[in-house]
Amino acid sequence: MTNIDRLTKKLDILADAAKYDVSCSSSGSNRKNAGGGLGNGHKSGICHTYTEDGRCVSLLKILLTNHCIFDCAYCVSRRSNDIERAAFTVDEVVSLTINFYRRNYIEGLFLSSGIFKDADFTMERLLRVVKKLRLEENFNGYIHLKTIPGASDELTREAGLYADRMSINLEMPTESGLKLLAPEKSHADVERPLGFVKDEIVRFKEERALIKSVPKFVPAGQSTQMVIGATPETDMEIMRTADRFYRDFSLKRVYYSGYVPISMDNRLPRIGSQPPLIRENRLYQTDWLMRFYGFHVNELLNESNPHLDIDIDPKLGWALRNLQFFPVDVNTAAYRQILRVPGIGVSSAKKIVQARQFGRLRIDQLKKMGVAYNRARFFIRCADGPYQLKDYQHTQIKSFILAESESKYLKSSVQQLALF
Amino acid sequence: MKIYLIDGSLESILCAVFEWFERKPGKVRLVRQSEYRPDAFSEILKIVNRRDSADRVWKGLKNKLPAVWMRRFYCTFLSELPEAPQLLFDFACYIFSAGKGTGGKNTAAAHAYRANDPENNYGHPAVLGIAQVAVKVEREKHRMEAFIRFKQLQNDRQEAQKGAMHSRDGLYYCVIEPDFNVIPLIAKHFRDRYADQCWLIYDLRRHYGIHYDLQNTQEVSLDREAERGLLKQAGTSAPEAETQHTELWRHYFRSTNIKARKNTKLFMRHVPKRYWRYLTEI
Repeated sequence: MTNIDRLTKKLDILADAAKYDVSCSSSGSNRKNAGGGLGNGHKSGICHTYTEDGRCVSLLKILLTNHCIFDCAYCVSRRSNDIERAAFTVDEVVSLTINFYRRNYIEGLFLSSGIFKDADFTMERLLRVVKKLRLEENFNGYIHLKTIPGASDELTREAGLYADRMSINLEMPTESGLKLLAPEKSHADVERPLGFVKDEIVRFKEERALIKSVPKFVPAGQSTQMVIGATPETDMEIMRTADRFYRDFSLKRVYYSGYVPISMDNRLPRIGSQPPLIRENRLYQTDWLMRFYGFHVNELLNESNPHLDIDIDPKLGWALRNLQFFPVDVNTAAYRQILRVPGIGVSSAKKIVQARQFGRLRIDQLKKMGVAYNRARFFIRCADGPYQLKDYQHTQIKSFILAESESKYLKSSVQQLALF
Repeated sequence: MKIYLIDGSLESILCAVFEWFERKPGKVRLVRQSEYRPDAFSEILKIVNRRDSADRVWKGLKNKLPAVWMRRFYCTFLSELPEAPQLLFDFACYIFSAGKGTGGKNTAAAHAYRANDPENNYGHPAVLGIAQVAVKVEREKHRMEAFIRFKQLQNDRQEAQKGAMHSRDGLYYCVIEPDFNVIPLIAKHFRDRYADQCWLIYDLRRHYGIHYDLQNTQEVSLDREAERGLLKQAGTSAPEAETQHTELWRHYFRSTNIKARKNTKLFMRHVPKRYWRYLTEI
């Protein structure tokens, strides 16, 4: 076996093992290409290609090794799983990253690892890779590094000086779910290092404000990931956990990963069952509503409706439950109210509040600006909106909207009549 | 309706704006000279390009508009769409005739009045049109930043096989066929990012490219013969060392896919087929 074959084989194994980590964003860092070296950060990130499943590929996402001392039931690399094991050397990872980067294949490196020996040993090895990239190769591209829970503060702090983003996965949305599948782990193990890095980010930022030469520390912030559908949590529990982590640890992102069955373990969904893709989509929509649309998690999910609707999106669902806030007059209402109308997104809402300074807005103008008028028309008033005599019930509005919209999910279940 | 005949350059569009304000003839249609078919009913005026008039209009726009809108204006020109000259002309005329505007000034007072600047009137067809075309051009620019795939040109094959070749050496080249003329927009990105390697990005559709030689970027154009050679190089006949990297990349691309989540429709939306030709992994 030649060198290149061996490397190809390792890449196959360790990329395959890393793929269940859904985070692939390369945004949030504006690291400059210092001293005419290689690479820089792109503020909004760049997706260089997409896999067949429609997920973006912007980073070279690999494990340093898939040897692991833990035995978490939901993980492919668990100790008891009978799979091929491999490990990269530091030089191999560095050369792969540099050669891919120079050809504009990737935005940078996403490096994770199974835990071999102990946390410090693993973290130290990860640190060697990023240090070599930054210091010897003068590489200024994006680096996303996993914080290994249980590693010493010194190692974590040093890693933060070279990485753009750091993350630790929460794995299960609730403590009880985690205990069921990974008895050796707990949420507290994750919260401690998340909190440590968060405090360090704040400290470095304050010092940088005073002294310019203080280096950047994890400029793109931290993120985490939860596995959805492996354990029986409600959407409410999931989103409340997400909300708490956004607030307590100033996370940039929480990722929701629909569980892809990989194990015969009877605590988990069977191999071959479909990953919960629609549910995952609805959770992301809720996440966006919380971060960009000014919704509080309890408005979207609460004890009386702990699950998101599958057939309609959470924003429409909220509007139908709260018809007392509508109709909203786009020519007079506040930006925050316009933002809550189903069918109007952030960029159309901004255009509306700017454009109405110049005259009352009409339907055709709204349509041209990008408002989904067929959906929004039940909730707004504008200059030439039709006069509506009767108030519709929320069930009626829902059926009107569903009747004229094509769900991207339901398409296959609707049977077209055969012609002959 | 009056018709202004232009040659399609930015200068001619700006001169048309200058001309309109000289005579204020009401509604005007811009037509490229090459596309003009005479008819009996409309009056025509041939726009003569004058550098100083164009400069005055450009400066005037700069005083009126914030930097974002100047960029949108330029992007719309680069779109090369048939409706672009008319949009630019209508937009410029509207901006000059509507109110004072606070322009690029960034003072607190300017900020307070900015909401009333004419470029915020998205109800106006030219304003909305420019904003929407600019989004398309920026999207294409972003796609080129993502989908360009460099190949490394190796002069000395033996050296490469010995492994003496450093990843920095040798020209990194690629060919593209973007929908819009985005090379002027992407040059800075690649210069900043790949400051320590020589590279060449060549637009086959518009027959020109940019070359970076570690110091400057320069516009280059090749004759047809050389273009064919470049295309062939970019295709199958790459040197062995280069094939190793493309093979590794293909392997990575396959391994990182989750089969259970297959979603072809989403994939096609993100990577439309017209880009596949130059993508190494597909």
